Amino acid sequence: MDIYLLEAIINGILLGGVLALLALGLNLIFGVIDVVWIAYADLVMCGMYLIYYLNAELNWPLLLACAVAIAWVAALGVLVHVLIIAPILGSAPINQLLATGGLLFFLQSFATLLFGTDFRNIGVRLPIIELSGIYISSSRLLAFAVAVTGAIALYFFLRRTFVGTAIRAVAQDRDIVGLMGVDQRHIYLVTSAIGGALAGLAACLLTLQYDVHPFIGNTFGPLLFMICVLGGLGDMIGGFVAAFVMSQIIAIGGYYFSTELSYVFAFTFFIVLMFVRPRGVFSR
Amino acid sequence: MTARLAMIAGLAVALLALPHFVGPYFMHLLIQILLWGFVYTSWSIMGRFGFVSLGHGAFMGVGAYVPALLWNYAGLTPWIGIPVGVGFAVLLGLIVGYPCFRLKVVGHYFALVTLALSQVVMLSIVAARDVTGGSLGFTPKAVGHSWFALQFPEKIYFYAISLVLWFGGLAVWYWIDRGIGREALDAISEDEEAAASIGINVIREKLRVTLISAALTALGGAIYGQYMMYLNPETVSGIAVSLQIVFAAIVGGTYAAVGPTVGALLTISLNEGLRVAFGTNFIGAANTIYGILLVLFIIFMPRGIVGTIQDTIKGRRRGKAAFYSAIRRPSSADQ
Repeated sequence: MDIYLLEAIINGILLGGVLALLALGLNLIFGVIDVVWIAYADLVMCGMYLIYYLNAELNWPLLLACAVAIAWVAALGVLVHVLIIAPILGSAPINQLLATGGLLFFLQSFATLLFGTDFRNIGVRLPIIELSGIYISSSRLLAFAVAVTGAIALYFFLRRTFVGTAIRAVAQDRDIVGLMGVDQRHIYLVTSAIGGALAGLAACLLTLQYDVHPFIGNTFGPLLFMICVLGGLGDMIGGFVAAFVMSQIIAIGGYYFSTELSYVFAFTFFIVLMFVRPRGVFSR
Repeated sequence: MTARLAMIAGLAVALLALPHFVGPYFMHLLIQILLWGFVYTSWSIMGRFGFVSLGHGAFMGVGAYVPALLWNYAGLTPWIGIPVGVGFAVLLGLIVGYPCFRLKVVGHYFALVTLALSQVVMLSIVAARDVTGGSLGFTPKAVGHSWFALQFPEKIYFYAISLVLWFGGLAVWYWIDRGIGREALDAISEDEEAAASIGINVIREKLRVTLISAALTALGGAIYGQYMMYLNPETVSGIAVSLQIVFAAIVGGTYAAVGPTVGALLTISLNEGLRVAFGTNFIGAANTIYGILLVLFIIFMPRGIVGTIQDTIKGRRRGKAAFYSAIRRPSSADQ
């Protein structure tokens, strides 16, 4: 096989890791609260800006900045739920989607107001690893490893802890679970915090690879929703697999054609698959 | 009723007289408000029934780019190019709409499928940069004042065209509002299964408003392109435009005929006002305020400005009972 194609495929898998992590967060929120956070990718942007600010402007150590950023985005997640979602929890789901769309406008413009439209980075670049002719960026490798670890940790949290079990129960039947003595409002808050924390973790991983700018959410946000829907909204394992399928389409399409065309393929593939399996590819 | 007629007549006279009193800058704003008002109205033709499309940027992009490309590369007059562009948009609406409605892709899923559609069109335009100029944009060949090329440097012509277009958009809105299909569409937006069970052809009714909406949006995009004489994939297609359309329509009020126009008036004046007030020091100030307003509107005034005003008037006239039934929101129209 062509060595460059192999490189593209490996890079695709590594990119899929971070996308899978974000898809998990979005799916968790959808499955439990029944809301699509259109501004999810922009929460990642908020985290990236905080890391940039703490590390590059205030000279905090990177790891500390990352830890603070995860907490900060988790707090943002709770705020999004309390301020925007909770007041309209009873209205049509599409209204909740649109309200977080308003948040998207707000976050992007507010970031522009604070930082301008310049591309900024923390100036940390991890070395490139060469493996028998194939070049792999070690920041991507690290991102992939952390993302997969995060996903596994989330799995055990949902399976093995009481709160995790309660979260899964709410996702299965939000009405009955109240009768079992679970406070849904509490579970919604915990879920929003976890969703936010996952976005914060993704922000840490993406900061090492990309420059941050106010509209960075637009570059992978739409793709993220497609991944979640493709896997079946709320289906976490489906979303995890779909992330790797989509990232492969983009990596291989980008190798043979151009980046834009590879995205066109990915979105078209998504539309067509929606017609074949309207409730997600992996739905039963 | 006579008061209403007088109001409409007064508005018509004001709109016709306005160009004599204002300078070119305000003419430019007026044309923008009318054109965007037309596009927002086109969206609300389907949006008011709860079919929330995030794909109207796709129709607008196709409508704007096809006539411009045909004009530059084939010398084809926009008089033919625009109908071809509108035709393509309708075809696109059919290709995506029919399977969606047939397979009952609704709510979140419909919004996200149409979102993908607007990204496909925008990225295709960017990817075909040899022909379309990519993200640098595309400029139709200027020939000065020409009916053949539909290019008029004097703003009064485009003011007249946008006025006619806007009025036509309202007429279509009323035509659907008063038509026999209206009841059917209301029933579908309440409960698709129930509507189908009483003999409503759900797919046909939904497809009808979708295609009308797509065609008008493409027409709006085409005239916008002819007026601006510059097209950019970011400003006429893609997720940003799609969201802009949806939000302006919601802020103004999706359930009233003039609601989307009020949305256009508000958003464009807000944008310009803040730009003039703050200059370029505060890029993003307008959208920051706009974003907050959107969230507040969706939470506290889901029927938009015009809808809320109407409810208040009705509430005063008919007492509390009517008011409460008017603000009752469908809770599971989406399922």
